[in-house]
Amino acid sequence: MLRLPPFEYHAPKSIAEAVALKAEYGELAMYVAGGTDLFPNMKRQQFTPQNLIGLRKIPELFQLVFDQDGTGLTLGAGVSLNEVAEHPDILKNYPALAKAASLVSAPQLRNMGTIGGNLCLDTRCTYYNQSYQWRKALGFCLKKSGDTCWVARSSPKCLAVSSSDCAPVMVALEAEFCLASPAGEAVKTRIVPASEFYKNDGANFLNKTADELLVSIRLPTYYSGKSGIGWKMNYRKLSRRNAIDFPLLGVATAFRQKDNGDCAEARIVLGAVGSSPLRADEAEKILQDGSLTLERIEDAVQAAAKLAKPLDNTDMTLSYRKKMASRFITEAFNEVLKV
Amino acid sequence: MKQLLTLNINGESHEVWTATHKTLLEVLREDLHLIGTKHGCELGECGACSVLIDGAPVLACLILPVEVQNCEIQTIEGLAENGVPHPLQTAFAEQGASQCGYCSPGMLMTAKAFLDKKSNPEAQEIRQALSGNLCRCTGYSKIVEAVEQASKQTTEIQ
Repeated sequence: MLRLPPFEYHAPKSIAEAVALKAEYGELAMYVAGGTDLFPNMKRQQFTPQNLIGLRKIPELFQLVFDQDGTGLTLGAGVSLNEVAEHPDILKNYPALAKAASLVSAPQLRNMGTIGGNLCLDTRCTYYNQSYQWRKALGFCLKKSGDTCWVARSSPKCLAVSSSDCAPVMVALEAEFCLASPAGEAVKTRIVPASEFYKNDGANFLNKTADELLVSIRLPTYYSGKSGIGWKMNYRKLSRRNAIDFPLLGVATAFRQKDNGDCAEARIVLGAVGSSPLRADEAEKILQDGSLTLERIEDAVQAAAKLAKPLDNTDMTLSYRKKMASRFITEAFNEVLKV
Repeated sequence: MKQLLTLNINGESHEVWTATHKTLLEVLREDLHLIGTKHGCELGECGACSVLIDGAPVLACLILPVEVQNCEIQTIEGLAENGVPHPLQTAFAEQGASQCGYCSPGMLMTAKAFLDKKSNPEAQEIRQALSGNLCRCTGYSKIVEAVEQASKQTTEIQ
């Protein structure tokens, strides 16, 4: 039996109460929302908090508000992944986000898991997502309790993989994350662009202190325009099975097309190929301000695929994942551009 | 640490004095002896422990009972009414959709939540709805056929 290690449970009713509890217990406490990422890790003793601060009773975390002036969406971090996937206004205005949320794990898990939890998902690795005994037998690893990265022994940093489906989409859509933390009796908030929220270090992958709580996500508006001219966006996920599995590669894209069909702006972000979502700047530059010819698209695909340097620490073989990168990115581009 | 929990399960209120860190699955099976809900991977990957919270399928192995105290919990024990099997149970038996039977409680509860929302689903929609429930025996075809049969029966009754 894999049991949860013992803890005391707290159910604050406001963000202020939640961050005050975190300030009181410090490192002995962790926040929990859906629990779908934290509880398996606690059962494997990757985390053993003595206090859990449950976030389900905080109404502010469940807001889903479109601004009346059409400037964007404020999405509470506690909104479930199924609600993000099925909400008609998210499907209409941010189809890539709805699709990414709909591809996380399976229906039951999406009823429990939250968008905030998926955005803060712990990085994953063959040498980390194992039972305590398994990891102990190996002498632990750089991500937790050890000093060797078993994926690449000479690596000075942990190479665990950013496996969130929604994170690459948030980076592509230039979302902003609102973080709350205790400041004496009050609550301090900090706004971080999605691209700066993630760090390419598997053991220290979030630009977020332990007492900061992801409260909400702010998405700007993307007009899809008339007759398909305007923004087009998509997310495509490669995994062994269509359900349950984490991504082996995620491709988030957002393109703005001019009236004549040329590309005005391109955003391409890859997930599950590093310890953070990776923006394919070079590929974006190739497509920006030009016509979408097959040659240019192919050049952009090759530039983006260079970012995918698979390591032997996830599902499927290295050679398969290497071969799939450019093929899959091509499919992702074709799907969004309907080439 | 222990605490007194009040859980509404299959329409009945249960009071249980138990450890805070036990999951809903552990409390159902060990404290309330409702052993119909099965204990699979314990990590949210197999769907064997699926139960319904306020009508939506969730995984009991990753739920703290303290967080679902004011919710309506439905388990496999509450699926048959007055000794009459639910159309899904009848269809599973008739189609041979159970072999070892270990995944069946989770499959049935997930399928029930799905059919409550959706009438006359396509086979592909059924597969999607049950995509979080693993079965190592049947190859899934008979399960999908059973859900199709049950959906036709429930539509006829309505």
